Amino acid sequence: MANPLRGQVIKLYKTLLYLGREYPQGAAYFRGRLKSAFMKNKDVEDPEKIQKLVARGDFVIKELEALYFLRKYRAMKKRYYEPEK
Amino acid sequence: MSGRVLVGVKRVIDYAVKIRVKPDNSSVVTDGVKHSMNPFCEIAVEEAVKMKEKKFIKEVVVVSCGPQQAQETIRTALAMGADRGIHVDVTGKDYDNLGPLQVSKIMAALAKKEEAQLVILGKQAIDDDCNQTGQMTAALLDWPQGTFASEVTLEGDKMKVVREIDGGLETIKINTPAVITADLRLNTPRYATLPNIMKAKKKKIDKVKPADLGVDITSRLEVLRVDEPPHREAGVKLETVADLVDKLKEAGTI
Repeated sequence: MANPLRGQVIKLYKTLLYLGREYPQGAAYFRGRLKSAFMKNKDVEDPEKIQKLVARGDFVIKELEALYFLRKYRAMKKRYYEPEK
Repeated sequence: MSGRVLVGVKRVIDYAVKIRVKPDNSSVVTDGVKHSMNPFCEIAVEEAVKMKEKKFIKEVVVVSCGPQQAQETIRTALAMGADRGIHVDVTGKDYDNLGPLQVSKIMAALAKKEEAQLVILGKQAIDDDCNQTGQMTAALLDWPQGTFASEVTLEGDKMKVVREIDGGLETIKINTPAVITADLRLNTPRYATLPNIMKAKKKKIDKVKPADLGVDITSRLEVLRVDEPPHREAGVKLETVADLVDKLKEAGTI
């Protein structure tokens, strides 16, 4: 495997795993899906392809952060503020 | 001006967890339950970090009161961009009885000690919903307060605060130093991702006791009882409009 990218991929996996602890359907479910998604691509050699996949992983990180924020914002808004007329 | 901002953060039961009352109705179950930073405190930290990024202030100091686990909450704030943390060690019965009055005394003492220019707090904690700590801290320090802030702008040695109030928004101008409490729409807090948490491990967390700050944390309140809210009764399905009218007449609503 392309060695400098190995570190990047592992870092991405760890970051996603950490984020997955808060996943609505459960951390275990998320871990399962994360592992199979990474395993599916474990034989990819081309550094350019790997970079693209890492970029997709970064995108998923952003999506999860947005999901978590919206969930929390909506819950707080519902609990503490009058519904808009 | 020291350019230092003090931010108070509270470790509370996570907002998404279903709360359970202990069988003896003395308090809520906290053992083994997921805890995290109070959402309004996250917004407070974000505001302070934003001010630092815009170079309006120089240092963000984060404070939390409680047992050892309070340091986790401080670490999250450090991962969001705070510079250093102060853990005020309060445990056991003292921690159970720790309320806004005690915390505001601690915050006031720290604000003086650290020569803070600004104290930012969340407007209320989602566990006790007191909405008092910010106001009490301002009173103890004899500082102006901008509560329920949805927008804060520093203008020289003054501050413009847009407050969320019933029926709209109120804009006020207050002197600094001041106390601000953060409302929901003040900003969008950043997520403390793993790389940031790793970097934050190098940042310092000082540990102090309330006695070191000359603060008396005895509580004047006693919790008598904690109950779950009444369960919503199931709705009743009706066949015709006439039935609905009868039911409403029965209930006395028409």
